Amino acid sequence: MESLSKSPTGIRGLDQITLGGLPKGRPTLICGSAGCGKTLFAMEFLVRGAMDFSEPGIFVSFEENGKDLTANFRSLGFDLDDLIQQKKIKLDYIHIEKSQIEETGSYDLEGLFVRLDHAIKSIGAKRVVLDTIEALFSGFSDEAVLRAELRRLFRWLKDKEVTAIITGERGDKSYTRQGLEEYVSDCVILLDHRVIDQVSTRRLRVVKYRGSSHGSNEYPFLITSKGISVLPITSLALEHQAKEEHISSGIKELDVLLGGKGYFSASTILVSGGAGSGKTILGASFAASAAQQGKKVLFLSFEESPSQLARNMKSVGIDLSTPSKKGLLSCHSDRATAHGLEAHLVKIYDLVQDLKPQVVILDPLTGFSQAGTEMDIEAMLTRIIDHFKAEGITALFTSLGGRSEFERSSNVGVTSLIDTWIELRDVETVRRNERAISVIKSRGMGHSRDTRPYVISSHGMLIAKAAAKTGARV
Amino acid sequence: MSSPEKFELRLYVAGQTAKSVLALKNLKRICEEHLKGQYSIEVIDLLIDPQLAEGDQILAIPTLVRKLPEPVRTIIGDLSNTDRVLIGLDLRPL
Repeated sequence: MESLSKSPTGIRGLDQITLGGLPKGRPTLICGSAGCGKTLFAMEFLVRGAMDFSEPGIFVSFEENGKDLTANFRSLGFDLDDLIQQKKIKLDYIHIEKSQIEETGSYDLEGLFVRLDHAIKSIGAKRVVLDTIEALFSGFSDEAVLRAELRRLFRWLKDKEVTAIITGERGDKSYTRQGLEEYVSDCVILLDHRVIDQVSTRRLRVVKYRGSSHGSNEYPFLITSKGISVLPITSLALEHQAKEEHISSGIKELDVLLGGKGYFSASTILVSGGAGSGKTILGASFAASAAQQGKKVLFLSFEESPSQLARNMKSVGIDLSTPSKKGLLSCHSDRATAHGLEAHLVKIYDLVQDLKPQVVILDPLTGFSQAGTEMDIEAMLTRIIDHFKAEGITALFTSLGGRSEFERSSNVGVTSLIDTWIELRDVETVRRNERAISVIKSRGMGHSRDTRPYVISSHGMLIAKAAAKTGARV
Repeated sequence: MSSPEKFELRLYVAGQTAKSVLALKNLKRICEEHLKGQYSIEVIDLLIDPQLAEGDQILAIPTLVRKLPEPVRTIIGDLSNTDRVLIGLDLRPL
């Protein structure tokens, strides 16, 4: 038997979950409560189809008229007017108002079929969206006729070999209010919009996909200014290319500790340490040095404003203003609690997309602990790290707390994603508290096992050389 | 039941189905009985002119649309219930 052929949606992440897209030439049901993003999903499916896969599409709306729809989609960055003019997309608004209709004797919905058929033929459509067909139930009182006609409609769509999306409002006991899942049996996708701890999260789940395996988890998705993005955590399947190049940490002795050449390019670095241990300085040193080598750097600060950061780093001899002026370094500040985790993710994704940095500093991770549950944070970090890796970005995260705290908390899941882990800590000696740096792990390089004392001076972080036993040699 | 107004009626069908034939027969009978000399019937077959379905928002077949006198009124079905047709055409007070 030949395998099920699929129609790629072009929606970021969804094609990975469904292993290729929606069932080609068959109807798919997308259901969810009001405001969960059904219409956007359906529309992006059509727009991507028309733009990226040369499959023209018909959007039949039972709820919004063409003007409202085009306005909505302009907000997502899609220019419907242009696509309509090129005959790649056709909007059909079907208006039903029961109060204006008198029913007498038997009827069927042949008119709907005629209209659909005409629309499909007029632009050679391969994709069809019916949003949301349940509106018919409020327009006609003969439910038996309606149900028979719906059954006929879905069979008819299959015969026409169009890939269709039918949207439906979530019901109390069934997936849709009118039990549409009874008619659409090939693929059912459920959307959900819920608020946990005052943070709103949108989620997607493939409930059913006949004849195909699919990701069965609930996946968070985002509605961004560039369309929908579903975030399958494990989708990347560790496919990113490992790089042999190195990039200096910006601190000479630290490079020595890391086997002589610094970090691996496109690796992920975690710097953990107590308050005032110099985590930000380590990050800023890296940022300044990378920018000096002509790399584009994005510095995301969740504690300090860009100007505060520049001033504080200047006091320890790290110049962030010059690369900023040259456009090599961009600093963005945001309170971690200002938005939900998803909004942060969107922002980070958008910044990365716009700036195309080679190095990203995120200072500090721990700021997020207020913005969501531990599990959500871990999932989000995994996604960020995966995304950076896929883009070939060298990323440095700082985090408040010692190694023991890290290994106790659930963040341990994140530390396994980290390639290089540097710890800054206080070491009590007889005379005074000393600061010491050590490389806990660094994948793929013969890093030093030393714990070296360091001081923070007006020339940045100075790490003692290997020979030194006590005290930093400044 | 006398009104000087002219009734402009439009019947939408899709091919010569039993329901469509019955609807036209019923419509002609009702008009002859109640609107003699003051009506015109236009039959639109959507299989021939599918683009015309959009204008009057036709979904159900058969659909009768009273274009004049205004306001526009819509009646769906084979028009076998004469009383309801008369109510729909606003020819009989409720």
